[in-house]
Amino acid sequence: MTAKLIIDGQEVGSRLFLGTGKFPDKSLIPQVIENSKAQVVTVALRRMNFEAQEENIINYIPDDCILMPNTSGARNAEEAVKIAKIARAAGCGDWVKIEVISDNKYLLPDNYETIKATEILVKEGFTVLPYMSPDLMVAKELEKVGAAAVMPLGAPIGTNRGLRTKELVRILIEEIEVPIIVDAGIGKPSDAAEAMELGAEAVLVNTAVATANDPVIIGEAFGQAVEAGHKAYLAGLGRTKKYASASSPLTGFLNEGAND
Amino acid sequence: MSFYDKYLKWEDFDFAGYWKQLNDDDIEEILNQERLNTLDYLALLSPKAEKYLELMAQKAQKLTLKHFGKVVFLYTPLYLANYCVNQCLYCGFNVKENIERKKLNLSEIAKEAEAIANMGFRHILILTGESRKKTPVKYIKEAVELLTDYFDSIAIEIYPLEIDEYEELIAAGVDSLTIYQEVYNQEQYDRLHIAGPKRNYHFRLDAPERGCKAGMRAVNIGALLGLEDWRKEAFFTGIHAEYLQNNYLDVEVSLSVPRMRPHLGSFQPESKVEDENLVQILLASRLFLPRAGLNISTRERASLRDNLISLGITKMSANAKTSVGGYAESNTELDDDTCQFEISDNRTVNEVTTMLHKQGYQPVFKNWHIF
Repeated sequence: MTAKLIIDGQEVGSRLFLGTGKFPDKSLIPQVIENSKAQVVTVALRRMNFEAQEENIINYIPDDCILMPNTSGARNAEEAVKIAKIARAAGCGDWVKIEVISDNKYLLPDNYETIKATEILVKEGFTVLPYMSPDLMVAKELEKVGAAAVMPLGAPIGTNRGLRTKELVRILIEEIEVPIIVDAGIGKPSDAAEAMELGAEAVLVNTAVATANDPVIIGEAFGQAVEAGHKAYLAGLGRTKKYASASSPLTGFLNEGAND
Repeated sequence: MSFYDKYLKWEDFDFAGYWKQLNDDDIEEILNQERLNTLDYLALLSPKAEKYLELMAQKAQKLTLKHFGKVVFLYTPLYLANYCVNQCLYCGFNVKENIERKKLNLSEIAKEAEAIANMGFRHILILTGESRKKTPVKYIKEAVELLTDYFDSIAIEIYPLEIDEYEELIAAGVDSLTIYQEVYNQEQYDRLHIAGPKRNYHFRLDAPERGCKAGMRAVNIGALLGLEDWRKEAFFTGIHAEYLQNNYLDVEVSLSVPRMRPHLGSFQPESKVEDENLVQILLASRLFLPRAGLNISTRERASLRDNLISLGITKMSANAKTSVGGYAESNTELDDDTCQFEISDNRTVNEVTTMLHKQGYQPVFKNWHIF
């Protein structure tokens, strides 16, 4: 990880990505974006109401943001591809977050269909950020077919349970070249900081901000937590020693031999 | 295996005995659990759980917020026709009722669609009475094809179809299916449905599953509350929803809780469902099925609907007309003559959205994008 976040050649100013679902009022969104300093903002195409301007969530997103439409509602690769194309045709740019969910009970992503959709959309010239269940082989495949970043879940969407998949995400961070962005499950600013300290390039937060009593303040707190976690990672955290230093080392005899 | 097998398994269960042996500790323990099993759900529908409504409401609100956020989806129904061949004792469209029968032609449907779309709706629920002759699948399909020009999501609430017929309508643009069993108790079902194809309990019971198999994105089920002991009916509705959720993971399952309303005909409800009963059903359903949509229609009065929102409602109809052709031209005389049941909440769309904003909820008109 470097000091700057670059995705598909584009520099991104903030490591906090923001989702726009679940807010009590769309008019809160600009204020949340401003206070949290989020730059990449994801919007479900299925919620974009092109018929009514005051209803259209896109109109609440400042121009200097990177709009990342997502394919929420897609149950397979084919639907995700269709949704991405509709979004691009509607002028939402080339970025797309692939979200393929065929499980309405836990809302877990379908990794297999996600790979298929990613491959197709990369070929169509999209900047593709797939949301996935953290699995190394899948992440490698996504990278191979051209994903611009890989977005493993920290915990199932909307659960606010924090970084439950930490060990798996850690492996992705170690093994995958493209940025790892932790998406879903981040419930508290400290969870976001934890993901960043681990070496994630960014985190995406939605439910925890949208359903807080004060989304603007919590958004700001998330922005700060992400920055703090990132700084801590760059600074190199003090190592936690798993084993205490033994007063009678087991290998001490190796040095003693020299005195014989 | 279909849900019918599950129904049969529970049909002769000693509900009264189970409810009687429950004590406060049982209910409290259930409320402390994160996941509820079938018997836990049944316990929350019991008379013993009635004094725990506030606690249930607190938990239901948290769960709903987590899974759906501060958002309520809005839609409105469009009645295409009221021809019906069934004799259902509780329904205003009963073939024996001497009402003006009507079926909209395509240009009339277009006018209705325009009027509804102009109110801001992007999701529509189309309804017909049950008459394969007057409103065949072909007619419904043509209507759907026309409606795709106006709406982003089209749901149907029509007579039960075969899988290939559902597939045909999905190909035309339908994405959601609403079908109520009306009464899960099979004996009572037989008593209330005197004549017509609707007498076939099993075919209707399996219709939501056929919809899932055909590829519906969303399926909405319910029992008409008042036709039979509401506690049992709510129980069967809940386990039916659970069955669909477990077997068709990619389908969004939701529940409606329609209560009997005044209608033409003399049938009176057998089981009175008070407001607190309705609340208990909604709360128990939310705790049992945290991810299921909960729908409240304009059958219910405005003040009650407003209070139910924070308890777990995710979907509401607004400005609904249950008469055929009620939107493009406002004709109150026609409304009275051809409507299926009386509306209790007559507020306009603006009034409903203003109310939602005041309560801190975002009204959402669009939650799908038709391909």
